[in-house]
Parts: sequence; structure tokens; C-alpha cells
Amino acid sequence: MEEKDFFSKSADSKYAKRIGKFTRVKESAIKFFFAVNGAMALIFIILIFIFLFKEGFKALEHIGLLDFLFFDRADASGIHQKVFEWYPTSEEARYSLVPLLLGTLLTAIPATIISTLLGVGTGIYLSEVANPKLKEFLKPAIELFAGIPTVVLGFIMLAVGASFFNDLLNPTNRLNAFVASIGLSFVIIPIIASLTEDALHSIPNDLRMASYGLGATKWQTVSRVILPAAFSGVSASIILGFGRAIGETMIVLMCAGNAANITADIFLSVRTMTATIAAEMGEVSQGSDHYYALFFIGIVLFTITFFLNLAAEIIISKMRKKNTF
Amino acid sequence: MKETKIAVKDLSLYYGDKQALKDINIDIPEKRVTAFIGPSGCGKSTFLRVLNRMNDLIDHVKIDGEVYIDGVNIYDKSLDIVNLRKNVGMVFQKSNLFPKTVYENIVYGPRLNGIRDKKLLDEIVEKTLNQAAIWDEAKDRLNENALSLSGGQQQRLCIARALAVEPEIILMDEPASALDPISTAKIEELIHELKLNYTIVIVTHNMQQAARVSDQTAFFYLGELIEYDRTTKIFTNPAKKQTEDYVTGRFG
Amino acid sequence: MELKKRKQDIAGTISLSVVRLMFFFLVVVLILLLSKIFIEGVSVLSLNFLIDEPRNNMTEGGIGPAIFGTIAVTLLMVLFTVPLGVFSAIYLNEYAKDTFFTRIIRTSINNLAGVPSIVFGLFGLGFFILFIGKNLDNILETGLLFGQPALLWASATLAVLVLPIVIVSTLEALNSVPKSHRDASYGLGATKWQTIKNVVLPQARPGILTGTILAISRGAGETAPILFLGAAFFLPNLPVADLCIGDYCITIVNPTEQFMYLAYHIFIMATQSSNPTQTLPLQYGSTLVLIVLTFLLNITAIVFRYRFRKILGRL
Repeated sequence: MEEKDFFSKSADSKYAKRIGKFTRVKESAIKFFFAVNGAMALIFIILIFIFLFKEGFKALEHIGLLDFLFFDRADASGIHQKVFEWYPTSEEARYSLVPLLLGTLLTAIPATIISTLLGVGTGIYLSEVANPKLKEFLKPAIELFAGIPTVVLGFIMLAVGASFFNDLLNPTNRLNAFVASIGLSFVIIPIIASLTEDALHSIPNDLRMASYGLGATKWQTVSRVILPAAFSGVSASIILGFGRAIGETMIVLMCAGNAANITADIFLSVRTMTATIAAEMGEVSQGSDHYYALFFIGIVLFTITFFLNLAAEIIISKMRKKNTF
Repeated sequence: MKETKIAVKDLSLYYGDKQALKDINIDIPEKRVTAFIGPSGCGKSTFLRVLNRMNDLIDHVKIDGEVYIDGVNIYDKSLDIVNLRKNVGMVFQKSNLFPKTVYENIVYGPRLNGIRDKKLLDEIVEKTLNQAAIWDEAKDRLNENALSLSGGQQQRLCIARALAVEPEIILMDEPASALDPISTAKIEELIHELKLNYTIVIVTHNMQQAARVSDQTAFFYLGELIEYDRTTKIFTNPAKKQTEDYVTGRFG
Repeated sequence: MELKKRKQDIAGTISLSVVRLMFFFLVVVLILLLSKIFIEGVSVLSLNFLIDEPRNNMTEGGIGPAIFGTIAVTLLMVLFTVPLGVFSAIYLNEYAKDTFFTRIIRTSINNLAGVPSIVFGLFGLGFFILFIGKNLDNILETGLLFGQPALLWASATLAVLVLPIVIVSTLEALNSVPKSHRDASYGLGATKWQTIKNVVLPQARPGILTGTILAISRGAGETAPILFLGAAFFLPNLPVADLCIGDYCITIVNPTEQFMYLAYHIFIMATQSSNPTQTLPLQYGSTLVLIVLTFLLNITAIVFRYRFRKILGRL
């Protein structure tokens, strides 16, 4: 009897209200709108990919993949010689990326080594040595340091650094790979330092306590317990720093001398991939082989940095999983 | 026995693979206070959130069974959940006032319903603050940040805010667990007043509180409804051994 | 045994000192370089320097047009990137479930942040100018108006470049709005959108502002992406035009014009001018202005975020 009463109310109950069609459509439209925007980062990555490849692959129609490695020069007597030169404006245009790749590595690798030493050192200092009050001030300072525009660093290396190292080391060229790599270090040190600090900081305090409890000194704890535990995070920061060094433009454009030498001497002028695009794109005519070749360099750069970033991210996400106890 | 307001039939709830509520059947009477008690993790709070479909907001929650309010199955797919939540208000364990003024907090719900008339909103604020027995303390502070009030005042303001949308049912999830004894007493007094007009379901950790404020008590244990009866019976002469163990303080 | 321990202690102390030394070495170098820029730059700094245009082959005058261009480009960039970034973060934090798709999006955000800035320049050229711009010209029959390097496309490209900054800052801000506030709103019968609009976004506003400031600072400092997107050596006129409705005219930034840009201006003076030594004082002056600008912006953002976190910590 009571049951029947209960259900008989249902028809005019205020709970019986159905979802209004307008409300439902409106809420789903809003969600759809946000979803489209939400995917924007992905959409832009795909667009960058498409438009680099769209232009860059046209280079292969005229230049050919092998020509990006070396130019096959045949002299009058029919002897073939491999020429590794980037000389796209010559009558006999040469498009070898080898000197540019070497130039990039010759600036990026020393920069990464310097930055690893100073950056990891700074990270250790911030996380394990500096007292918390100082640290609260230093962390934003590092952030500020990371925010210095690269053109400023390029300028200061050009105006002050180049002469300083010229007097000190007497290099073959005044502007050279070494000066550029010092400039690059200013960009990469804050990256490595702050990520290293993050990695060290994320190590649970129990581990430190356990080590001290066993009578270890501070340095023993840092070097044998904390650093090994944070190894993956620190290495990810170095990979990211290396990627950044490869992709950086203004400093190498201003300080590396821009001569496409094939050399392993860091006191010689070199030309990086980024600087080549930056210096030549403004002057080439659209649709020429040279123009497409510059886009092809873009593909190479994009691909290298993409995989370096991906590797670093995978390492970091694995570390996060491991560190959540 | 008063008329049934909420009728739950064979309700089960799963978090992913884990079953958190097992075949719950319960009838909750109108304009009475019904208390859910049980040790923590027993499912009482989860069950409370079933009654206004707050669990819908959590990923991977699956619900079987039916919940009828006034004879309407609120888990019907085409039902307007927003309308449901307007009629089934909720007060949470910790005060969750918005970082806005006292006034803005109270009129948040009415504004959602499209009330724009300043005079009408003023009336609602005065009425609900009176209902929640906080008008005298708050009337001069309507334009102050709500978070500047004391903890007990904040919780009564939460109740006032829930009342402002004119619900029929109020769900309270341990509303006094974070408060001092005096504030708790005020809330309990308030619950007594409110049951004249509202159906109240309260989850509580505190058995004395359940005994003081409720007419009916349901004892939950490990996701099951063990026993449900008049409060006096549950606390003086429970039918089940587990209930007796719990209310006499032998576990939990 | 004792001796071994002593040796380890000494090695440890030395190592720790080396770490400390490295850090202070870095600090000293930085301070030296910054003070060099400050000392050299401050001598040419004046109100006139900030508003005057370059004269006499950039050896005299000021950087007014370059500052104007920087402000115009970054403001337009903000108009593009902030809505996009905020909406994107709202989707990821409020709507999206943890699926394969959303994880790809999150990875893309990090990857976008790692794309070399010069590649953004190529992208801006290929996508915005040659694809969007050329097609706009064809559709609107505007001849060659949009399909060439211009302020609009530099802003759009920088907007893509700083998008991850805005998204990440907004995500952090949204994430820090307590869940209990959302529950309260839903419990009062609010829809999802009403909850986002009335409860979540107002609380996240300082975080969004932080992201915006960081984005401006980053955009203003970028040079490589805009090298071939319309940045100019020298322009006799500001990139403005009169927009008239009937007799009423206002002067607005003309987004289809080329522009001068402070960061680019430094690069040009330092490397391309006919007499770099003569322009050196002006180079220092320009650099000082750019550094002060980015530092002020970043400090504002840092202070903002610090206070925002503190407020949230109290809730």
C-alpha cells in the first residue's frame, strides 16, 4: 500500500525533470570547444611536422639524399672526389650537411660538458648544501638567469667574451666554437641546475636519514646515495640541455664565426645548422633548391631535438613512477 | 512511520574492480533525521554521495541498482542531475566556502537558478542565514570574506548556502567532525530545527552524535548495510552482534 | 681505520667546497657580466633614447620604434596565445580523463616547448605566411597583403612558441583550486561549465596572469623565430594605420606591416651595422633595456606566483 503511494507521486515529482535538450547540447558544445583547444599543442606539433616536411622534402626532388652528405665532383680526367662542403650559392652548388653537423656538435658538446659540471654542481649546492633560506632566494634567481634573452648572451659574448678569450687563449679565429660554447653554457646551466635540483629534491628524506644513521658524512651521502638515486633525473636534465644547445640559434649565429669549416678544433670558426637557417633564409628566393635545403636542415634539427626531448621525458616519467612510494 | 522519501533498491557500487557497496536496500523517511554510522572505510560516505550522484564526478565508478526519490529513479539516464542536486543539498565534512564574501557564497546557488533581482537575493540571504541560526553573527559581515569567519560559523554558513537553493533533502557528511564541542552543539541544535521542514541524512563518526540527533540509524560495515532501525533500538537493543560490538565501542 | 675515515672526511670536505666554489664562480661571472652591461648601458640611457628613432646609420638616436614593435608584437601574441592556452589547460584539467590521447597531448606540450626557436621561424614562414597568408590573399583578392612577412605572422608564430608556458602555468593554477570547492558548486546544482566559470577560473586568475607575464617576457626576448617573419633593420615609419569609420578615425597597429624589434635590433647593431664599434654604446643601452624589461616581467611573475602559492597554502 505504502509502496504504491510512493511511486504514484513520481509523475508530478520535481525529481522527474529530464535533462533539458538545450542544457545538454550547450554543455556538450562547451566540452567540444575545450577539447579542440585542448588538443592545440598536439595540433601544432603535427602542423610543424607537416609544414617542415612539405617544404623540406621538395629538396629531395632536386638535391637528393646523398647530396646532403657529400658532393660528388668529377674532374676532367674522370676521377671522382667526395666533397664535404656547404656552398649552396655557388654555380656548382654543394649541400653537404657534414660541416654544419660538425659545427653544431663542436659547439653543443663542449657547452654540454661545461654545463654538466657547473649545472650539476649548482644543483647539488642548491639541494644539499645551501641553507633553506638562501635557497628560497636562489631558486628564483636561477629562474631569472634562465630568462635572459639569448640575443643578450650572444651580444655579451661578442662584445666582452670574444676579446677576453682572444687575449687569454690566442685562438686561430677570434670568433670560434669555444666562445660560442661558453655562451651556450649560460643557457644550459640553469636548465641542468634546476632539473638536477628537482631530481635531488625528489629523493625521499628517509634515504638521507638512513645514510647519516649509518655514520656516513654529508659528501658520502650525496655521492653514494643521493646522486645514484637521482641518476636518471640528472641524466634527463643533461639530455634536455644538450637538445637545447643543438637548437639554440642566436648565440652561435653571433659568436661561432659562421665559416663552414670541417674541423675538430674548437678554436676555429664553425657554422651550425641553426645559424645557417638564420643567416641564409632571409636572402634566398622562395622555391629555389637552396630554400628547400634550408627547410631540410629544419627537419634534421626538429627530428634530433624531438627524439632528445622524448628520451628525456620518458626518463623523467619513469623516475616519477619509481619515486612515488 | 513517516512517508518514505528515498528508497534504495539493490544498490552496488564499484571503484574499478573493487566493490565498495554491496546490495544496499534502505528506505529513508521524510522529514526525519537518518544517521549512517560505521567504522571508517565502511562505505557510509560513499553511500551518502550516491543519493545526489556526486560519485558521477569520479572516474571509474560504476553503480548498479536503483535509487528512488519520490518514486523517481534518480539513476535514470535521461534525468537532469543538476536539478537533482538542487533538490538534494549537501554539506561537506570540511567547510568548503568559496573565497568570496559571505553574501556571494549564499547567493551562488540562487544565481545559478537565474535569480538576479537584488531585493529577492537580499531576502534569501536573510532568510537562510536565519534558518541556519547565524544571522545575528553574520549580518554585519555580509561583505567580508567568508573565510574570515570561525570554523563553526563557516560550517553553518555552508548549511545556509545549501538551504538557499531550497532543497527538500540535505545530506551531511560528518558536518561537525572538524569542530569544537560548542560549535558542534550549535550544529546539532540546527539539525533539530531543520528536520521540521527537511529530510536529513547525516553521516557521522561520533556515535553519541548519532544518538542525539537522529531518528533512524543505519550501521554500515565493509560496504554492507548491517542493520537499520529506530535509533533508540540500535543503541539499546541491536539485533545484530556486529552492531552491538560497534555501538558499545568494542571495535571501530 | 681511523686514518681511512679521516681521509674520506677530507676528500668529502674538498668535494663539497668544489661544489660551493663552482656555484660562487658562476654567480661572480654573472654579476660581472650584468654589471658590465649596466655600467656601459646606463650611460646612454635617457627618456630620449627610449622614444627617439635610430639616426645617422644607427650610431645616434634611440630605440623608440623597436620598443613600439616589441610591445605591439607581444600584445598581439598574448591575444592569440592566452585564450588558446587557457582553454587548452581547462580541457586537460577539468574535462579530460587520463587516456592515451590526453597523455599524447601532455607529451606534445613538453615537446612543443623543446622545438628549436629557429624551427618555429621556418614553421611561421611555411604555415602562416605561405599557407594561411597566401590563401587569405587568394580568397580575399587582396593581392599581396597577407602572404608576406608581417607583424601579424610574427605574433602568431611567437604565440605558438609560448603556448606551452601559458598551458603549464594555467594547469598548475587550475590544479591548485581545491576539489572541495568544485564539490560545493556541484552540490548546489551547478553544471560543469557554471562551476568552471564561477568557481574555478576566478581562483586560477593569478596563475593565468603569471603565465601571461612569463609568455610576454619570453616572446620579447626571442629573436631567431622572427628573423624572416617581418623584423626589419630600420623603418622610417611605425607600423600603424588609421582605421576610419565614417569621419571618426583612430590610429591602430597595422598587423600587415613589417616592424622593428628590440631583440632583433640588438642583433643587427652588433653584427650587421657598418660600424659596430661606433654603435657599441647604443648596443649596450638597448641590451640593458631588454634585460631590465625581461627581469622586471620575470620578477613580477615570480612574486605573483609566490604569493599565489602562499594564499593557496592557507586555504
